[in-house]
Amino acid sequence: MSLASTLRDTRLIFRRQLRLSLRNPAWLIIGVIQPILYLALFGPLVKHFVSAPGASSDQAWRIFVPGLLVQLGLFGSLFVGFAIIAEWRAGVIERMRVTPVSRFALLFGRVLRDMIALLVQSTILVLTGLIMGLRAPVGGVLFALAFIAVLAISMSSLSYAVGLALKSEDSLAPLLNSVAVPVLLLSGILLPITRQSAPSWLYYLSRINPFRYIVDAMREVFLGTYADLTVLWGTLISLGLAVVCIMLGVRRFQIDSA
Amino acid sequence: MTDSPGIAEMIQVTGLAKTFKTKRGTVEAVRGLDLSVRAGEIVGFLGPNGAGKTTTLRMLTTLLEPSGGTAVVAGADLLREPTEVRKRIGYVAQTGGTDGACTVAEELITQAELYRLGAAEARQRCAALLKQLDLSGLEDRYVKTLSGGQKRRLDIALGLVHAPGLVFLDEPTTGLDPQSRANLWTHVRRLRDELNTTVFLTTHYLDEADALCDRILIIDFGRIVAEGTPEELKHRISGDLVTIELPGDRDGETALSALKNVEGVRDATLSGKTLRVIVDAGGQQLMGIMRALDAAGVPIASIQLARPTLDDVFLTLTGRSLRDDSPGSGAPPQPGGAAGDSAGAANLDASDPAAESAADETAAPSDVTGSSR
Repeated sequence: MSLASTLRDTRLIFRRQLRLSLRNPAWLIIGVIQPILYLALFGPLVKHFVSAPGASSDQAWRIFVPGLLVQLGLFGSLFVGFAIIAEWRAGVIERMRVTPVSRFALLFGRVLRDMIALLVQSTILVLTGLIMGLRAPVGGVLFALAFIAVLAISMSSLSYAVGLALKSEDSLAPLLNSVAVPVLLLSGILLPITRQSAPSWLYYLSRINPFRYIVDAMREVFLGTYADLTVLWGTLISLGLAVVCIMLGVRRFQIDSA
Repeated sequence: MTDSPGIAEMIQVTGLAKTFKTKRGTVEAVRGLDLSVRAGEIVGFLGPNGAGKTTTLRMLTTLLEPSGGTAVVAGADLLREPTEVRKRIGYVAQTGGTDGACTVAEELITQAELYRLGAAEARQRCAALLKQLDLSGLEDRYVKTLSGGQKRRLDIALGLVHAPGLVFLDEPTTGLDPQSRANLWTHVRRLRDELNTTVFLTTHYLDEADALCDRILIIDFGRIVAEGTPEELKHRISGDLVTIELPGDRDGETALSALKNVEGVRDATLSGKTLRVIVDAGGQQLMGIMRALDAAGVPIASIQLARPTLDDVFLTLTGRSLRDDSPGSGAPPQPGGAAGDSAGAANLDASDPAAESAADETAAPSDVTGSSR
């Protein structure tokens, strides 16, 4: 399987998936509205809680918006597995698997579509944040969007892998919810989990959650710090997670049975 | 672009097996299957639900990894060169595989590109297939608006987009109305007659296997239990059915005992005024039966010869009926035949391929393939 044909296949699958998404943009719109609701209805409260001594209100936004971005990335991407179950049931996956098309492309074409969709949503979220009072360096925002892109790749690969393994919406929904909610809370998305603010058991529990490092790193780049240990860890964990999830996803497209 | 023109054996399978691990232990879905399909054949793979048909098909199409055995499909080794196999075969799954939100042309062109055809070539193949499968004028329709028959033809067109030399069709007509089924049969026959495409199809419609296939493989419990042309199978296993109506019910017993000694009669049963006689080859035995009855002084109101259906064959071989809506005629020939199913399968190979004369009602090509196994 040459690199050129893999790229060509990926583009082919991406194009098809994008076309299908644009034909039915309802879910994209819903995906955007939700974080905006958080921003509008919950955001104004945050500044009272996150106010570190001497912090300004726009600093609260710089803490809150990265958290929302990760939430959007996590939930937006984790639930793409439902679509793959529908595709599998319609026989589309099998029909494509019987062609010589690259298995990586079957996964990654879809994942790229999800990534683009998420980046559009994230950009809208950031722009809305700017209107509401967020102030962050452009470089930092772009860095954060790169984190979101990698997160989208990980989470949708994982979701496709799990969706194709379970092949049942009824099993996927409770699994995703029971995993995503604690992961979300333990990453300090709504309120940062710090040594000062959290009891020690909660703090240490959050330290074993990889998403926590991603959220921390994104907050750091929103503040304009790009070259410290927090950002490095966040970057390494993001990339590592992506590699593992892509491998799981590709494997699923290779060996899918039943 | 028709692939692998020089291959005589399109499918060559030895000892193919698949074991699934489930919560309740291991399930042997396919147990050491041997089969071969020659280029240009239409072969039917027949069996009840759960017999292992789809599992076998999914293995032969690289979708499922076999637990054992070897196979050469369209000239490429299934285990070592799966990508090569994929390039050379077409596969139409039971469920199809189209997205309702795509248009017909989009699906065909995408599929052509999945097989790495260039854009111009893909458009060209799309146009050709629309014409070939009577889908012209539907190219811009959304797939979800197609009728059942149209959708099934689109599924088949998707499997043919790269003009493969070998096509697998999994239950091609399940769920179609009778008219669409007959229409689809025409298309499948044309595939072979006009393009010399080898077709391997599964079905649990006996009439479909009968009407369409040059050769039938019957699978049950993951094993092939019988193999032959539709005529051979019907002839060797079930015999023919002669139904004799007597004018009154007095002579029944006399008639029965007279028939028992006629050569070629396997079994005779009496119910009321009706005698059901199973014979080796009906066309040849009728005279003997009539002579014997005449000699015994039994008058005859009517006499009728019926060819057994594949239903009867299936019942004899597996002890099970395939489905209730197949056009069965006549009673199952051998009462208690269920127990002797594997014995029946063994006899099949041993018995002589006699009485080609009986094969008068189906098309001739079966003779060509039937003689060698």
